[in-house]
Amino acid sequence: MAHSAANPTGDLITQVLQALDKTEPLVSVDAFPATPFVDIKAALDRLKSRDMVRYDTIERQEALLELEGEEIAANGSHEARVFEAVQKAMEGLSVRELEETIGDKNVVKIGQGKAFKEKWISKTKDGKFKAIAESIKDVTRGQLETIKTTRTHPDTKTLADLKKRKLIRMQKVISFKIHKGNKFALEIPDEATDLTADMIASGSWKTATFKPYNFKALGAAQMAGALHPLNKVRAELRSIFFEMGFEEMPTNKFVESGFWNFDALFVPQQHPARDLQDTFYIADPPLADKPRAESPEDKKDYEAYWNHTKEVHQDGEFGSIGYRYPWSGEESLRLVLRTHTTAVSASMLHKLAAVEGPDGRPPPARYFSIDRVFRNESVDATHLAEFHQVEGVIADYNLSMGELMEFMDIFFGKMGITGLMYKPAYNPYTEPSMEIFSYHAGLGKIVEIGNSGMFRPEVLETMGLPKDMRVFGFGLSLERPTMIKYGISNIRELLGHKVDLNFVQNSPAVQFSGKA
Amino acid sequence: MPTINVDKYALFEELGQHFTADEFQELCFDFGIELDKDTEDDPARPKDQAPELAIEIPANRYDMLCFEGIALHLNIFRGKQATPNYKLLDVPESKMQSITVTKATAEVRPYVAGAILRNLKFTPATYASFIGLQDKLHQNLARQRTLVSIGTHDLDTIQGPFTYDALPPKDINFTPLNQTKKMSGEELMAFYETDKHLGRFLHIIRDKPVYPVIFDANKTVCSLPPIINGDHSKITLETTNVFIEITATDQTKLDIVCNIMVAMFSRYCEEAFTIEPVKIISEHNGATRITPSLATRVMDVEVDYINKCCGLEESPAAICKLLGKMALAAEPSGDPKFIKIQVPSTRADVLHACDVMEDVAIGYGFNKLPRLSPNKTATIGKPLPINKLGDIVRHECAMAGWIEVMPLILCAHEENFEWLNRVDDGTTAIKLANPKSVEYQVVRTSLLPGLLKTLRENKSVRLPLQIVEVADIAVKDESLERKSRNERRWAAAFYGKTSGFEVVHGLLDRVLSMLRIAFITREEGLDGGKSMDFEVKQNPSEADGYFIEEINEPTFFNGRAAAIYVRLGGKVQRIGEFGVLHPTVLEKFDLRYPVSTLEVNLEVFL
Repeated sequence: MAHSAANPTGDLITQVLQALDKTEPLVSVDAFPATPFVDIKAALDRLKSRDMVRYDTIERQEALLELEGEEIAANGSHEARVFEAVQKAMEGLSVRELEETIGDKNVVKIGQGKAFKEKWISKTKDGKFKAIAESIKDVTRGQLETIKTTRTHPDTKTLADLKKRKLIRMQKVISFKIHKGNKFALEIPDEATDLTADMIASGSWKTATFKPYNFKALGAAQMAGALHPLNKVRAELRSIFFEMGFEEMPTNKFVESGFWNFDALFVPQQHPARDLQDTFYIADPPLADKPRAESPEDKKDYEAYWNHTKEVHQDGEFGSIGYRYPWSGEESLRLVLRTHTTAVSASMLHKLAAVEGPDGRPPPARYFSIDRVFRNESVDATHLAEFHQVEGVIADYNLSMGELMEFMDIFFGKMGITGLMYKPAYNPYTEPSMEIFSYHAGLGKIVEIGNSGMFRPEVLETMGLPKDMRVFGFGLSLERPTMIKYGISNIRELLGHKVDLNFVQNSPAVQFSGKA
Repeated sequence: MPTINVDKYALFEELGQHFTADEFQELCFDFGIELDKDTEDDPARPKDQAPELAIEIPANRYDMLCFEGIALHLNIFRGKQATPNYKLLDVPESKMQSITVTKATAEVRPYVAGAILRNLKFTPATYASFIGLQDKLHQNLARQRTLVSIGTHDLDTIQGPFTYDALPPKDINFTPLNQTKKMSGEELMAFYETDKHLGRFLHIIRDKPVYPVIFDANKTVCSLPPIINGDHSKITLETTNVFIEITATDQTKLDIVCNIMVAMFSRYCEEAFTIEPVKIISEHNGATRITPSLATRVMDVEVDYINKCCGLEESPAAICKLLGKMALAAEPSGDPKFIKIQVPSTRADVLHACDVMEDVAIGYGFNKLPRLSPNKTATIGKPLPINKLGDIVRHECAMAGWIEVMPLILCAHEENFEWLNRVDDGTTAIKLANPKSVEYQVVRTSLLPGLLKTLRENKSVRLPLQIVEVADIAVKDESLERKSRNERRWAAAFYGKTSGFEVVHGLLDRVLSMLRIAFITREEGLDGGKSMDFEVKQNPSEADGYFIEEINEPTFFNGRAAAIYVRLGGKVQRIGEFGVLHPTVLEKFDLRYPVSTLEVNLEVFL
């Protein structure tokens, strides 16, 4: 709400205006002692925002009577009551008689002591109280009566004394000293909340009074649509890839054969990644076809590719001794949910081998993809059975590791990540393989941010790529940089149906601020 | 990656240097292993336990799966130690221990190798490491003993020549390791059925007609591979002569395991790095040989290849020196273009010249390699058309006030079918063989389950909810190599106190008009009717556009659903449907308010 939450009655506002018309300045606590503070404040603020009044806040200490003080103000002090009772009885009073007359043992107990001290009464031989003073002055009562009406006492010592005697207490009271404002009037004029088309048409805006806008409140909530944070980061990454000349790969294929997902990438058939524990296998449909052309333009010899793949695993070829195990064609045709998009890179590189560039050789190429991959993992805060892999492939002649590292520095630099370090690692289809690390200021240590390497000749030459064409591959997950960007620690808060729609709607836009 | 725990100060002792945390971290980083944990300051470490380092080893470095291997290679890398020269003891064939292989083993576990370590002295630490290495090899390279398994014995308790035979389970009878009672093969299977450690290996041979057995000359059972050794020949701290027998279903991995076992522990023999060979007599298949074969493999690698890949211009001699740091003995060959490399039998990871090239790069230091501009060739960037189309639809929906969601692609079978009142006719859904959870039984054939689950999890968000997803589903397709294909779909769901049917209808109109697809009405002269589903009609004279037609399908509330058709280039086809979900569907997905959905195949707009 853009307007004040409190809603003072029109009556109070009118009363304030009328009172101020008569008395200026007007002190609120005097003029409206019974009206709650918040109501007065709301009324004054409404008037002040319209420049009809101005006010200063006054803070002062007031004295209020405690219960006992109230009683004394009404009936007199204890000693005065004892004196009056004793004075009225000609014969004097015994203690019991005095208690009966006053009706309060406590008053008698305290009052007779004080009355003795003040020499107002004395005791007869037969033990009765007798008045000895002619008349008395009940000072305490007088003081308390003053305080009751004025809420203070001119003598501060008296206030301190009464407070000590627990007859009064002090309280901070805020009130307002009100003056007329520039636009003082006896009532609030009609106000417009907004400038309308009608007002412009009629010209009434010239004379209208506008209700002030509350600039301290938020504006109206928007019925905003929103893109998913993961896709916002994906869009930034895609634009980095396009800036660097990459073509997007057709990764719209969740199901791959073991051949493309593993064998083509020189992952041996006994590799742990191929375990049921790690990879989703497909029960239906049962098996893939052997790799084959799927369009009439594709003239590649897939049979030769199949045979070379078998050879390079089983017996070694292209300068490799191979893994030397009996390679199974049937294992290769088992269908899986792709465990990485590198399965698609394999088929792209295989196609590239058949492309004739201007010099009759396959032309240099850069491919990328950002898409879903599947792992048969137990789900926890950092693992889901599905996530997005960001992958890039660079094919060119005589590439060196210095170029790969330089490229990765630029690529991550565009994401604002600098100071990269490269660690030797193992990956079945790349050699050398390099894990990419960067210093994470928040964690105070270096963290792995991606993987990279040069594809093995066993992968490339089997596809028919020339020996001097080298291929870099690199990858990272989309979720990790997104989680860091948005400060999320549980991947389930980012991907899947449990994601909070408010989070999606309110996630800020993503803008990598890289230097590169 | 396998993780190896080693005694921190014993390792530092072995390396001859007391490293600071950063120094050791850096050494690991440069060499390509990873320090995972240091228990020095771990409050959970028992007071009487020495601080340990957990070190992650690359999955192909089987020669570093124990303390000895890690220490050895780090020392060689740091130039503190030369690569050991493993030697076979010169034993005349007549006096050599032997294992005779019977033909029956071919049925169950055909390969065997043997070796003997003489006059070896164990300490509690080296003994533990010896057992630990066998475990690590069993877990990793041996794929949980399916491919290879190792048995180690006190040679002084048994007597060669040995026999590797395969017998029916009932004919095998021996006391397994650390047991007191003799058992037959069948009893043994029953006995270890519930054993946490061994139970998971039983399947490897359980249903075979014969089980593999190693006997000594007196018919004492040494082991029943790949399950357990006999108690009779068990090794202890006091054992000095160790007989190692290794059986396998994979010859290559058998040799690798055999070489690694003897190479790592021959250093503790009286004559360090010597191994006594064992003759394998295998006449039925002509595979008689002597094991282990410690022969190095000679490789000639092109200097230019190494230099080009690494971006270096090093001389052959300098390259050889770098390779020495990586335990590869190398020397310039007669031809200056090549270097000659002796790959030790333990370096099973070296398959190709590229592996040598990488070792040069590691020896040089990855982070010190000269840098070059990566832009030698300009290539042209290009988006995938279907992604470009998808992004247009996503953005149009977001601009229209819809929130994008990203549910999972895998789902339960019932969510994809029964809960939507749809029947699985077996022709569409791709079914998984080995999911760990019922949540992952099929690849979704519709985006609706994910959207509805997202609504279900967001009931506390202010109504109405308007969510949208543009993503792939996948279906079986026998005509393709992978027997399936993805299809890019666009789906939206409205959840509120009213059905939102018109809102969803309006979104359809809005997005299709943005795709420049005009709305046409049935009255414009289309013939056919409800039988038109997926039918293709050609009439090039008719205008392109889309139209909708009421349908009655169990997913939707009767009278509040329509199929969406497009006519493009004269072809009419159904591309999707929208409607108010049937209350029984809402109940299944635990939704309290009405929902209208829309789902469209975007592929036709390419």
